[in-house]
Amino acid sequence: MQPFITLRSAAVPFARANIDTDQIIPARFLSRPRAIDHGQFLFHDLRQAPDGEQRPDFPLNRLHWRDARIALGGRNFACGSSRESAVWAMYDHGFRAVIAPSYGDIFANNSVKNGMLAVVLPRDAVDALMAEAEATPGAEIDIDLPAQTVTSAAGTWSFDIDPYAKKSLLEGLDELAFTLTHESDIAAFEHRMGRDNR
Amino acid sequence: MSELAPRTLFEKIWDSHRVLDREDGQTLLYVDRHLVHDGSAPAFELLRQRGIKPRAPERVFATPDHYVPTDTRERDAITDDRHRGMVDALERNTAETGIRMFGLKDANQGIVHVVGPEAGLSLPGMLIVCGDSHTSTHGALGALAFGIGSTEVAHVLGSQTLWQRRPKTLRITIDGTLGTGVTAKDVILAIIAAIGAAGATGHVIEYAGSAIRGLSMEGRLTLCNMSIEAGGRAGMVAPDETTYAYLKGRPFAPAGHDWDRELERWKRLPSDPGAVFDREVTLDGDAIAPMVTWGNSPEDALPITASLPDPAAEPDPERRAAILDAFEYMGLTPGAPLESVMVNRVFIGSCTNGRIEDLRAAAEVARGRRVAQGVVAWVVPGSAPVRRQAVEEGLDRIFTEAGFEFREAGCSMCLGTNGEIATPGERVASTSNRNFRGRQGPGARTHLLSPAMAAAAAVTGHLTDVRALMAEG
Ligand code: SF4
Repeated sequence: MQPFITLRSAAVPFARANIDTDQIIPARFLSRPRAIDHGQFLFHDLRQAPDGEQRPDFPLNRLHWRDARIALGGRNFACGSSRESAVWAMYDHGFRAVIAPSYGDIFANNSVKNGMLAVVLPRDAVDALMAEAEATPGAEIDIDLPAQTVTSAAGTWSFDIDPYAKKSLLEGLDELAFTLTHESDIAAFEHRMGRDNR
Repeated sequence: MSELAPRTLFEKIWDSHRVLDREDGQTLLYVDRHLVHDGSAPAFELLRQRGIKPRAPERVFATPDHYVPTDTRERDAITDDRHRGMVDALERNTAETGIRMFGLKDANQGIVHVVGPEAGLSLPGMLIVCGDSHTSTHGALGALAFGIGSTEVAHVLGSQTLWQRRPKTLRITIDGTLGTGVTAKDVILAIIAAIGAAGATGHVIEYAGSAIRGLSMEGRLTLCNMSIEAGGRAGMVAPDETTYAYLKGRPFAPAGHDWDRELERWKRLPSDPGAVFDREVTLDGDAIAPMVTWGNSPEDALPITASLPDPAAEPDPERRAAILDAFEYMGLTPGAPLESVMVNRVFIGSCTNGRIEDLRAAAEVARGRRVAQGVVAWVVPGSAPVRRQAVEEGLDRIFTEAGFEFREAGCSMCLGTNGEIATPGERVASTSNRNFRGRQGPGARTHLLSPAMAAAAAVTGHLTDVRALMAEG
């Protein structure tokens, strides 16, 4: 996993509340192996019409936002299914951070596991960032994870983050390898459990 | 911590699964039961790349559900290479790692969240995970059960543990008596309509109150299933006599002396009097009517007697825009009565409503009636055992005589990953759990409702208050 420390990038707004993971990646693409570029499936059915024609007004199709690495989401962003491919699609498209008032819990977990930062900011802050992005498409935002701040021309906001998620992101932590350093604790737990069950 | 401090059901299960606590607030939890399905290939691949083997394969059970066809049990009949590949991968991965799988022709096959409880694999007090958001279903047995992503599935396979930060607790109390034609599906839709699709984000829900106690095990499974649609991390119901009666004699449930010992433990699980929840919500069970959704979020639910909202009357601009968007996608007219909405297809099944009681309720409405002209109606049992039971009770005949298709077990049209989808613009009355855009196929329009309400829509050709049909007899 690539560490995440700081990021400066344009931010692309996805303004609606309750954008679900079926929108982020439709179910028919879930049988693709991880090694395949999932960026091509990102918002597939919103981004293009059924005949395959790109919808020019969809944010990802707008020139200033094509290379954006920060996504701005509405309330309850990425709610719905546990499909990790929702994160893979965003990551492969180039996104390294999302900023939203709230997330589907499983998406937020999956995001950290893949090195993509999911920042929670109050709704008015996200609204201000979205308004700025609409007013000046391509305007850049700075995210500083060690300092836990988001800065744009519209202002600076601090955000909270779980210390463990922060550490994982900063170090690009391999969680399974880390957990297995606690193997003796797991074995001791299993031993206790076996004894209690006799 | 004092043993005497009153604890919630959730806290008791959390405490008994702590392997270690870190100072930064993370806890390593031990997983009792891990369920995998045919979407789990990426997790096995991750593990393989690392050269790590499952730590406790005897705690893991597998069944294919998302990619299996429901018109046949023949694997070779799966024409899509990718779909067949997912089913094959599960078979290969479980065989290589010594994990028990209930394959396509196994007597226990089915949707993973129907299979776990029904086989007696999901038990009170357990910590259960699965790479699927509707794992919350299993909480109905008094377990702590939640969905995880692929990386976490690999982590659990490799270590039998998971890092978690302790979630908050929310108790939803519903007292009263549910009216005729009102089911657990209506209760959960009413809850989501009341608290919103993110109403329980970051919380584990415990459902309590006399209306919940009065639900059958099947009803509780439906209720907990859709906790995720309320944003909840998990949903649970304290175990009681209903739970024990349901579990006794199940193939993998403890038996004999083990049963007695476990039962003693289970009886200590319910939340202690005076246990404190971070939040409390109360709803009146008597006031709940049969519900149906009209939009693209499960929170867009109304009693069937209502009319569609009028966007012009909505003060919040964000909400107004969302309603207009939904109406456009769903092809609906503001202010029209819900009962005037015509349907093209009916889907009765899924991990929400694919159990025997659901099929019985639908059959009760279908009996002696005919599916309306031009409507295609499917009944897809949630598992092979449910299907067998339905056949034994003659429900299959009631359905087929009424013009429904009675199919084999699987997820089918809930998500359509096996290719069973509606065509663009088709309107589906569905007993599944998500009405998202494109969920049942690109352009498909989903209305969520209970099995009896779905059967009512099938025979009338439009969304219908099932209570009117029940009164006809
Ligand atoms: S029935 Fe639907 S919600 Fe349930 S596991 Fe299958 S696809 Fe997921």
